Amino acid sequence: MTRTFVITTIILFSCIRLQAQIDPALLRRIPKDTVKQTMNMDAVYNRPFVSVGKLPVSLGGYMEANWQHLGTDGVSEGHQFQFRRMTLFVSSTIGKRLKFLSEIEFEEGGKEIAIEFAALDIELHPLLNLRGGVILNPIGAFNQNHDGPKWEFTDRPISATQMLPATWSNAGFGLYGKHYSKDWMFGYEAYLSGSFDNSIIDNSENKTFLPAAKKNPERFEEINSGLPLFTGKVAVRNNKIGELGLSYMGGVYNKFQDDGLQIDDKRRVNVFAIDFNSTLPRLNTFITGEWAWIKVNVPSTFTQQYGNKQQGGFVDIVQPLVKKRILGWDKATVNLACRIEYVDWNVGKFTSTGTNIGENIWSIMPAISFRPTAQTVLRLNYRHQQQKDILGNPPAKTGGFIFGISTYF
Amino acid sequence: MKKIYIVIACIVGAVMLIQACSKLHPGAPTDDELLDGPVTGLSYEQNRQFLAGDVAFNDEIFTAQTGLGSIFVASSCGSCHAGDGKGHPFTTLTRFGQVDSTGNNFLHLGGPQLQNKALPGFTPEQIPAGATFSKFTPPANTGLGFLEFVTDASILAMADPTDANGDGISGVPNWNYPPNFVTIPSNSISLNGKYIHRFGKKAAAFNLLHQTVNAYNQDMGITSSFFLKDVYSGLDIDPEVSNQTVQNVVFYLQTLKTPVQRNPEDAEVIQGKNIFIQAGCESCHKQTLQTGFSPIAALSNKSFHPYTDMLLHDMGSALDDGYTEGSAKTFEWRTPPLWGLGLSPNSQGGQYFLLHDGRARTIEDAIQLHGGEASQSKNKFNQLSNADRKALLKFLKSL
Repeated sequence: MTRTFVITTIILFSCIRLQAQIDPALLRRIPKDTVKQTMNMDAVYNRPFVSVGKLPVSLGGYMEANWQHLGTDGVSEGHQFQFRRMTLFVSSTIGKRLKFLSEIEFEEGGKEIAIEFAALDIELHPLLNLRGGVILNPIGAFNQNHDGPKWEFTDRPISATQMLPATWSNAGFGLYGKHYSKDWMFGYEAYLSGSFDNSIIDNSENKTFLPAAKKNPERFEEINSGLPLFTGKVAVRNNKIGELGLSYMGGVYNKFQDDGLQIDDKRRVNVFAIDFNSTLPRLNTFITGEWAWIKVNVPSTFTQQYGNKQQGGFVDIVQPLVKKRILGWDKATVNLACRIEYVDWNVGKFTSTGTNIGENIWSIMPAISFRPTAQTVLRLNYRHQQQKDILGNPPAKTGGFIFGISTYF
Repeated sequence: MKKIYIVIACIVGAVMLIQACSKLHPGAPTDDELLDGPVTGLSYEQNRQFLAGDVAFNDEIFTAQTGLGSIFVASSCGSCHAGDGKGHPFTTLTRFGQVDSTGNNFLHLGGPQLQNKALPGFTPEQIPAGATFSKFTPPANTGLGFLEFVTDASILAMADPTDANGDGISGVPNWNYPPNFVTIPSNSISLNGKYIHRFGKKAAAFNLLHQTVNAYNQDMGITSSFFLKDVYSGLDIDPEVSNQTVQNVVFYLQTLKTPVQRNPEDAEVIQGKNIFIQAGCESCHKQTLQTGFSPIAALSNKSFHPYTDMLLHDMGSALDDGYTEGSAKTFEWRTPPLWGLGLSPNSQGGQYFLLHDGRARTIEDAIQLHGGEASQSKNKFNQLSNADRKALLKFLKSL
């Protein structure tokens, strides 16, 4: 399936090249100001695409690469150059109120290839759309709105990658809709999809780790528990104030029966998240963030290494400093930014001592970014983070610089 | 013209950043603040094996898929020994079923160790009715290789089973039968087919291979070719960890450095050390030992300062849990090394959990719980002036 998609995409890109040699005017770029905020649920379509002549498909994508030099407690791996990912988009308006969009991601130079999104949208009414395929579960905001060029930081938020699974997608179906009224927008999404598995409480991270389920490719074919994961979100946006989203994702994660025989109790994972974004008037300061709470039913007879409660989130503050013609680029922007983040992977107390369980991290990451266009960003980040082990011992301190580029194409 | 200035400024900035970036990293803790890290003098090849053992010990997390359990105490070696320091009650283990040197009467009921945690869908062990038990807090790993290569002759020279010198301190080795998979060193001393064991709270492990194989099996439910019996089923199953990995972990433990004392020249620390010796603490907590030959050159014929004699001593009724191992009596405990004592809170979540089961929450509490052969020293401690007591504690925390 993945191979077919890649071959098709390569052929399509080859067609573009061939036609461009004949008549570049046939290429029609559909520009998007990807920095301008719409609702988070629109993120999958709020991307720049190129369409070719009268071909029914539009193409796009983005890439991210970086250099970094980080050290922990005086020990460094030295200079590292990383090609984190390249993502290809293919969208198609199949017919009236029928759209298809897909997103395939190549990570770490092709070591991992994944279909992150591939869904058909059928609009029955603006308030009632049917979506089916590989969907991005709308938990928090980052999971749907994760494109690298949209952010001033090379690293994705810790809470969105190491607590919630970033780009968590599953085969599934659901509904979404939007309603506009003057400056107000209201949107909702509700999906049933593939789910988590036992690995979230039994993994090589030695902590409750929802992203561990991403490593299971079988999740696109088989739900471990046989019961679907529900993900729902409601969001409201005022163009002058900002957007607030509330989301929930939950279901039974473990294999509790096999071949008709009960082998364990049903155990649920429940995730609640709140996200917001706003642009302050006059200063044009953009603020975005999300916070999530996770509850996992971990058997009391299992080790407390795997926590039953987690929480964490991040706040990004982006202040445009300069917006003018720079080095020949019109409307080039220089931004100053800062990300503050925190994750507690194991909220609670040890049963043996009654003292607090550690296993937490906080980080602050100032940044400066340069955007020659809205679709391309060069960003320099400095990370300082402190991570405590489960016992709450003195933290491991990590710091260093990251310079990265990211662009839509 | 302006454009070229911007470009030049960016290039200069980039070069400066690449040159200076490492200077802006968080600094390394000083050597005397850490318990982990290798002993000096290892070859490149030995450094590689140390690193392989480090990864296996600290980073390899066992899961259901890789053999964890199905019943267990912890999911990795590092879970019990954060930063290679003393452990926390969170991973304190429980052993049960043996009351004297005739052996464990509860092996058929899961003895000697309680696997008190289980994978989802499985039931952890319970202590069988009628079995006595003791809880063991994980010890620090630091300097274990040096202790391994102290000769049997040196240990026996410190023993005084009949208290021939009349100082109230006896001290006996734990004589036991080593498992088949260990190689007996040529300089080992035998007594009726038994050999001196030296590791563990009761000195029941012959060497670090014995200790490591037991820990994989009893703590994590991981079988190896050295010990194929599964703790859950009681049946021999395929090895779940390779011999190479086990040997790498053994090498890692052997070559961990010794703790570095902090402020040894401080006048109060020196005063405290003198009081420690005068109070008779040093009769068991021997300051200096010497290794014999070791195939690892960095450990061969070295003097070091562990503050232990590796012998069993009567510690009195307060510490008699009614459980034992090998030839030790239920009230006998191996003298724990005091090196690294002051750094214990750095691996115990900012607190002290001392003595074999972590019941002592301060060094003073630990001293007060000394009985039996250690009663005299405890009484001397209680008669010290506040200043002398403070100096003694400062010395102990400097270790």
